[in-house]
Amino acid sequence: MASPPPSEPATPFALRQWLRWGWGQLTSMSTALLLLFALALAAVPGSLFPQRGASPLAVNEWLERNPQLGAVLDRLGMFDVFASAWFTAVYLLLLISIAGCVLPRLRVHLRALRTGPPPVPAQLDRLPCYVRHRPALDSAAGSAMAPAPGPAVIERAAGYLRGQRWRVQLSADGQGLSAEKGYARETGNLVFHAALLVLIVAVAAGALFGYRGQIIVREGRGFANTLTQYDLFNQGRLVRAGDLPPLSFTLEDFTAVFEREGTQRGSPRAFIADVLLRRTPASAPEPVRIEVNRPLRVGGTSVYLTGHGYAPVLAVRQVDGRLLHADATVFLPQDPVFTSTGVVKMPDAQPGLGLQGVLLPSAQFGAAGPVSVFPAADNPVLFLTAWEGDLGMDEGAPQNVYALDFTNLTQIGSTALRPGQVWTLPDGRTVAFVGLSQFASFQVADEPAAGWALAAAVVAMIGLLAGLFVRRRRIWLRLTPDGWEAGALSRTDAPGLADDLTALTAAVLGGNRQHRHPLEG
Amino acid sequence: MTGLTAAQSTLADLSLALVYASLGCLLGAGVAFALTFARSVTPTQPVAVLVGAGTVGAPVDSAAEAAAESTGGPADRGRLPARIGMALTWLATVLLAIALVTRALSAGRAPWGNMYEFALAGAAAALIALLVVGYRRDVRWLGLWVVVPIALLLGLAVSVLYTESGPLVPALHSAWLVVHVGAAIVAFGAFTVGTAAALLMLIAQARPWFAARLPQAARLDALSYRCIAFAFPIWTFAVVAGAIWAESAWGRYWGWDPKETWSLIVWVLYAGYLHARVTAGWRGGRAAILAFLGYTAMVFNFFGVNILIPGLHSYSGL
Ligand code: HEM
Repeated sequence: MASPPPSEPATPFALRQWLRWGWGQLTSMSTALLLLFALALAAVPGSLFPQRGASPLAVNEWLERNPQLGAVLDRLGMFDVFASAWFTAVYLLLLISIAGCVLPRLRVHLRALRTGPPPVPAQLDRLPCYVRHRPALDSAAGSAMAPAPGPAVIERAAGYLRGQRWRVQLSADGQGLSAEKGYARETGNLVFHAALLVLIVAVAAGALFGYRGQIIVREGRGFANTLTQYDLFNQGRLVRAGDLPPLSFTLEDFTAVFEREGTQRGSPRAFIADVLLRRTPASAPEPVRIEVNRPLRVGGTSVYLTGHGYAPVLAVRQVDGRLLHADATVFLPQDPVFTSTGVVKMPDAQPGLGLQGVLLPSAQFGAAGPVSVFPAADNPVLFLTAWEGDLGMDEGAPQNVYALDFTNLTQIGSTALRPGQVWTLPDGRTVAFVGLSQFASFQVADEPAAGWALAAAVVAMIGLLAGLFVRRRRIWLRLTPDGWEAGALSRTDAPGLADDLTALTAAVLGGNRQHRHPLEG
Repeated sequence: MTGLTAAQSTLADLSLALVYASLGCLLGAGVAFALTFARSVTPTQPVAVLVGAGTVGAPVDSAAEAAAESTGGPADRGRLPARIGMALTWLATVLLAIALVTRALSAGRAPWGNMYEFALAGAAAALIALLVVGYRRDVRWLGLWVVVPIALLLGLAVSVLYTESGPLVPALHSAWLVVHVGAAIVAFGAFTVGTAAALLMLIAQARPWFAARLPQAARLDALSYRCIAFAFPIWTFAVVAGAIWAESAWGRYWGWDPKETWSLIVWVLYAGYLHARVTAGWRGGRAAILAFLGYTAMVFNFFGVNILIPGLHSYSGL
């Protein structure tokens, strides 16, 4: 802990002293602890409230349900915790704290590596582990050992310790030695903390320079990697639209396999998207398969399969037989059995026509009405409601493509269709349910510093292992008037200090003497 | 059953029966350890003073540790219940291990794909951690405090979390599942034992009658530190492996999904524990509180997050 701030009146030095005091506080262990705790605490609301980056729709829903509380929480950044000022502040402070902690320790460690272990302390018997030998008294007590001369003791001890890869430093007066082992602990610890710094920076860089977009592609349709094609796009603050690599693909075929038996009937078993990929507009198309857990990688960009659903193909004709609309429409799945909803908007028809549909992929008509009983399209039935009037699409305001604006619409009829069936509206226009195609949703992502983050994580783990499991310990030995004494100190809690001294004693005594181990009593 | 063959469902049934048997043994062990704990009282410490006797001194390690190790901690009264407790713990662990193997055979995959299986595997990991720690040390004083919570966990598993054996949804088809969840479970086991020891130290500080039934604080601290220091890198690895898996499954290595967030919280809290142990003014009790918070967060992460918070990880199912 640093000393408290000076209490004298302001002098030209006060600011510097305050800064030094602040730096000392910031880089102290207890501040690091508090910051770690603050980090844990700050992350909690990010898991309890929906977050804009991950699920913007859920955030809007939350805000609609709790408008007042929501507004306050939103101002506090509760729906954007990990980009909020306070969360950023915590991890930036940690960053500084780590740096301020690692740099001085690095200096100390490098010096320790250069100068070797410190000289023999005055009172060896104060050390947690201590042994004293008085050969004269030993002999009196019946020991057969001939006393070894002082220099021979030092020589044997140094030789033994060096052989065990201790760093040995002989005292200037030739009366003792210092030895130390386990420098890798501090090295590992410093590497761990430094790698942590790199990791945090890499994660932050990924958030600043990366992007992530969601797209929905129907079977037979294509996707080109430009901003306008995305349904949802999150980009780092420093990404520009022109940075997107020019890849494109068409979705040739999509396959979903579901469990057909047992209690997990209906659980998905496999999703496969077969696409024709063009890496650049000029390159030849190549067939590629994208599966869950098997993304497509093009340069730094990855394309992941994230979802799927049905797209009923409808053909709508005027009374005179001219086609008003002939296309597949994405219906969003609402539940695990893929009950899906969607709308078709034909604002240019006279009068304007809107179709609202519910698709049951495996319809069953029970007492409680029709329901889907399985996610695969075993018995597709499409329930349609037709609306006539002004679809409200001329105002230029952005509209939800999955919902109708009913303000100026009147319902003109509803029906249920199977593939191939045609429905004639009261005004004579016809709606044909041509068939069912599918769509797949993809996430396209570029995470620029991911490699750095991974490398830093791996290095941090190696450093951590060394920092935790290498035992760092010191031994000092000194000649006394009637023999010699030795003490050992461990800078860690690891056991085995006594073993080190026992082994040293055995080596100095020539290894021909049995020693009681203290733990054997 | 989920399209399982007759042989596979038989294995799944056998697995469940073994879990019940294991639970029975654990309850028995709990009773035996409770008796052990009630009867044991630490003797006044006979610290062997070997230094300064004038003759050859064998080196003396830190006195507390040496004395505790040599006398086996609390007095050996209540020896028979303790032996029964350890034997039943061994039996429970073996039964649970076989239950996991049969479950794995019946599902045709690693037995940690849903919460029921996490609970079984986590319980097994904690019991194994206890036995490993107890292999060379006397941990009969610790038995009660590990065995009873684990029995509760198993009880919860069979009563609330039980899920039929079966394959997994596509997102979980990955070797990383085995590695990532496997590592998290091993860490869970060691954290359980380490945190139990830390908590006992905390309680012993406040209640002398409690402390009298336990080894000295230094030994509790050392044991707790060793378990947590063992578990921490494994948890670190689990989080990193999870990030690598998330990168291939969801297109981002870190998305602050609730499960990811809570894994980080656990990691940060245990990092806090490791720091606290070397920070003046934080050693001992306060460090133990951090370990306890870390453990609470981990239990919440395993179970609470799946039940209470919607997220990508929720599909691993109840
Ligand atoms: C994100 C922030 C941090 C994390 C996650 C973290 C984590 C850890 C971990 C896991 C250890 C034990 C492993 C080892 O010894 O290698 C450790 C040790 C240590 N950390 Fe940190 N640390 C952080 C920040 C800091 C800061 C800011 C300081 C300086 C004030 C610091 C100082 C130390 C010291 C001195 C040790 C050695 C403890 C010992 O000897 O056992 N750490 N840290």
